[in-house]
Amino acid sequence: MSQAKVPAWVNIALIPFLNIMLAFIVSGLVILAIGENPLEAAGYLIYGAFGYDEGVGYTLYYATNLIFTGLAVSVAFKGGLFNIGGEGQAYIGGLGVGLVCLAFDQTMPFYIIAPLAIIGAAAFGAGWAYIPAYLQARRGSHIVITTIMFNFIASSLMVYLIVNWLKEDGRMAANSRTFEESAWMPYLHEMLSPLGIDIGTSPLNFAFILALIFCVLVWGLLWHTRWGYQLRTLGTSPSAAQYAGIDTAKVTIWAMMISGGLAGFVGINEIMGVNHSLLLNFTAGYGFAGIAVSLMGRNHPIGIIMAAVLFGALYQGGSELAFEIPTITPEIVVVIQGLVILFSGALEHMFKDRIEGFFIRRAVA
Amino acid sequence: MTNKTTPYAIELRDISKRFGAVQANKDICLQVPAGSIHGIIGENGAGKSTLMSIIYGFYEADAGFIEVDGQRVGIHSSQDAINAGIGMVHQHFMLVENFTVLENVILGAEGGALLKGGIDAARVELQRLAEEYSLDIDVDAIVEELPVGLQQRVEILKALYRGARILILDEPTGVLTPQEADHLFRILKALKEQGVTVLLITHKLREIMASTDNVSVMRQGQMVAHRETVNTNKEELAELMVGKKVRLTVNKDDATPSDVLLSAKALSQFDEQGVKRLKDVNLELRAGEIVGIAGVSGNGQSELLNVLSGIESMSEGEIHIAGEVITAQNPKNAAQMRDLKMAHVPEDRHKMGLVTGFEAYEAAVLGYHNSETYNGKVIMHRKVMIDECKERMAAWDVRPPNPHLKTANFSGGNQQKIVIAREVEQNPDILLIGQPTRGVDIGAIENIHEQIVKLRDAGKAILLVSVELDEIMALSDRIIVMFDGAVVGELDAKDADERTLGLMMANAYNEEQEGESA
Repeated sequence: MSQAKVPAWVNIALIPFLNIMLAFIVSGLVILAIGENPLEAAGYLIYGAFGYDEGVGYTLYYATNLIFTGLAVSVAFKGGLFNIGGEGQAYIGGLGVGLVCLAFDQTMPFYIIAPLAIIGAAAFGAGWAYIPAYLQARRGSHIVITTIMFNFIASSLMVYLIVNWLKEDGRMAANSRTFEESAWMPYLHEMLSPLGIDIGTSPLNFAFILALIFCVLVWGLLWHTRWGYQLRTLGTSPSAAQYAGIDTAKVTIWAMMISGGLAGFVGINEIMGVNHSLLLNFTAGYGFAGIAVSLMGRNHPIGIIMAAVLFGALYQGGSELAFEIPTITPEIVVVIQGLVILFSGALEHMFKDRIEGFFIRRAVA
Repeated sequence: MTNKTTPYAIELRDISKRFGAVQANKDICLQVPAGSIHGIIGENGAGKSTLMSIIYGFYEADAGFIEVDGQRVGIHSSQDAINAGIGMVHQHFMLVENFTVLENVILGAEGGALLKGGIDAARVELQRLAEEYSLDIDVDAIVEELPVGLQQRVEILKALYRGARILILDEPTGVLTPQEADHLFRILKALKEQGVTVLLITHKLREIMASTDNVSVMRQGQMVAHRETVNTNKEELAELMVGKKVRLTVNKDDATPSDVLLSAKALSQFDEQGVKRLKDVNLELRAGEIVGIAGVSGNGQSELLNVLSGIESMSEGEIHIAGEVITAQNPKNAAQMRDLKMAHVPEDRHKMGLVTGFEAYEAAVLGYHNSETYNGKVIMHRKVMIDECKERMAAWDVRPPNPHLKTANFSGGNQQKIVIAREVEQNPDILLIGQPTRGVDIGAIENIHEQIVKLRDAGKAILLVSVELDEIMALSDRIIVMFDGAVVGELDAKDADERTLGLMMANAYNEEQEGESA
């Protein structure tokens, strides 16, 4: 009842903003402690992320991965499932992309390979999520435990596959051969330059557009389809789902597969978009960061886009910062990212009650 | 606690509390003399529970203050309330079910990191309390193994153990048999004789008349009257509660039952521990009759509803419905049962009947979300759902008539109307309805009862499960009594009286015939 009178913008904007500010204040203290000027550092960070075209390009490129993994976490979460396995699903999704590219890049044109790679990413990611999903739905194994375990299995499996089967012959580096250009996602700067638009050279590629499209699709799926209705019912009230005659096992399995498929699209951005070969550890923690992105974005696509851009900015601005002020090592940047996750994810309710209370009292007065 | 010159154990001065747009309590004043039983009655949503929550420190009042024994006290948490000598027995017990009585009593007052000392001291103290107030109980019994009446006694002991001199009981008889309720009132009398002040929250007029010294009536967040119980009567109180004359009985003609629409044969269900929760239940539902299931809650009624509606599967037996035979090997889920024109208003509307986080129009299609009416090829027809919800809200007088309000933000009666409207408007042949008026105010109860009778007259078969005996007796044409998962009696509603039903519900009606006791 008390929710009713709190203006919407308080929850959507004010509280996340205060959480981020608090994270930056604590980060500032850390930077002060190692003898640097926090304001100067903040300047570099913001300039690095948003100050020039290439910086923006990198920020959005990182955000692309985070949108995919954020969406993945949110779909599962809407069904009451905590999918910690985004990392592994993204990794295996990338395998699907890589296999499609390696199989067809020498014979097929881009417009055939691209849809196949998208299907490959989704199918492999979904397939990897299916096993924990099945175990949860039919055998009662807890999804949190199984998805964590499956991250390790995915990691080992990929090492085995790449080192023993997919590595380019005669080379030491543990990655596949470079794909032909027909299997490259076009860079946005290349797509836009014929139109006379110059956005600077960056890894930002068509996968970003794809991520935005999937935000719309996920939004429609969750709030405007029967399946989304069933998923949300299950996620909010399993007993109501039972009462409504919803096949909860089936919805659980599909939710996890969609989640895994979305995570798999990280492979489109990384493998097809940037690296152009299948390599080790390209997921680089995006699967885990997706949990924070989804949490911070309130499991809503628009929130996820905003949170992903924020985290992308931290990645990009952070590396710029570490470059400009060498005493601020990349590890310190990770600390700052960690603080943002801590304050906006784990401690998101710290201010919430008090601020809401303030607005309720004000509304009454 | 010493009684000073002030005559009042607790006094409320101009207490006000607002939740958003809802003024739950407005300028409430209340004076409760020490050592009296004071009833507070009012419809659901009248603000009784909010007021008690303020006294017990769950909420803080926006304005006004509380005096205990003439001393102004600031109650910001339940700990403050306990320190002021206030104890509360909640409607839904706050007990750890797999702890013993003793462990439950010392919970939160363990008296140190090691339990031994606290437990030993508590054992002595409990013995004393039990004797002083004649509250006999086996302190080493596991709580979940105790009957509900005794569990309630544990709650009372818990409050007394914490030094409560003012005891608040919130709808204490909701879960009790009439016999257990009588026993409770004897306990309350004993407490009163020992100088304990009792605040009794209820909507049952009979209890107020039978047990209180004074009574205060709440309506729409305000105290509308204070009476000495001896100087008032049921009719006056009922009128004060709702502000208009109410009928305490349901007007209906005799039933004209026809075809059997549903029959259950030797229906049994085992739970996960292998305990038989439903024992060989045989049941027939005919078109045009209301069959009431009486019983103390937890005696298999919920299981019966869940099995009949397809929410849970049976272990043994058969259900014959619409030419189909449903067995353990050939089960149907809740959606498939709906396709056989069975509708179900579940007992627990918060957990089952609604999704409280959903907007009203979304909750208003729960269970029927697959219907073609609401679905396009891919996208659900939001507008159709919203328009239909608006129409139903108007037809059923749901307030506020806002399809976008979260269902959690409707009052109990309005939530129930949303659920009943949804199920009834599907025009089912069979309606299973559990606790139709639990937590629903009197005005709405009347409305819901009328609708149920109307459905019967339209030739539907209705199975009514309720823990309110009055409701069962007023509505049913035929009454079935359940005890410990089995049907222990069946009688025509015309032959039923409270005493007979109460005895049957306690399985004490034909004791010489019953070889076993459970």
